[in-house]
Amino acid sequence: MIASVGNVLVWMVWVGAATACLASGIAVVTLTNPFFSALGLIGNLSSLAVLYLLASAEFVAAAQVLVYAGAVMVMFLFVIAYLGGRADAPWAGGSKLFRIAAVVTGGALLAETLVALLWKSSRLSHSAAVGPTFGSPAEIGRSFLTDHLLAFEVTSIVLLVAAIGGVVLGIQPSPEEETTA
Amino acid sequence: MMGPSVPFYLAISGCLFGIGALGVLLRRSPLIVLLSLEIMLNGSNLALVTFSRHFGTVDGQVFAISVMAVAAAEVCVGLGLIVAIARKKLTLDVDLFSELRG
Repeated sequence: MIASVGNVLVWMVWVGAATACLASGIAVVTLTNPFFSALGLIGNLSSLAVLYLLASAEFVAAAQVLVYAGAVMVMFLFVIAYLGGRADAPWAGGSKLFRIAAVVTGGALLAETLVALLWKSSRLSHSAAVGPTFGSPAEIGRSFLTDHLLAFEVTSIVLLVAAIGGVVLGIQPSPEEETTA
Repeated sequence: MMGPSVPFYLAISGCLFGIGALGVLLRRSPLIVLLSLEIMLNGSNLALVTFSRHFGTVDGQVFAISVMAVAAAEVCVGLGLIVAIARKKLTLDVDLFSELRG
């Protein structure tokens, strides 16, 4: 009895989070003001974190909220504020043919993804049982420092290179370079 | 696994990927293109986390965290490019950025 009540509760939270996730995703793509798009993406990332929690990925959910909805989105909002009115993204432009082709391609990609993911999905109805420490920071840290040590190190190099790239792109060109360019 | 089974999560993941792909293809503002890319990455992340739960191993979650780091790197470079383009007083429209065309 208690298990079934818990099941219904999980279902309710899941449906709410999934609906919020899809709705905010559509809002990001359709809105013309990039500020509202960025806010929609924050909602999308937060509701995804709820889905991660339901899939017992506590550490990934926390990292999602801290790194993504926190740090990355603050950077986005700073750039949007810096650009001001120039960042507005009206739907105008682009030939009609191109837009139809884009919708057909996107729809085909969506259908292909769904078929690939859900084909004979009855095989996926029984998931493995996991212990209470599954997805905890300790377990993920152990996995990172033993089985996935190379990925861990390479990720740090990728982040360093990206940081250097950001600095190089942000260097203000000196006036004489500006005139020759 | 309490609540919805794996295929429900996968359906949401596929829909997110499709929405993001439509955004990348249809919108012309580089900012919105970057935001849509984030949606695509998160759709794939959801699939990784779901399969990690399904098989009962944390490898998928480790992969998802690596994807997050790569996405942060991509945003860092992408936003740097957008600011550099804006400083050159060019229009922010991906269809007009053709200077690299051979």
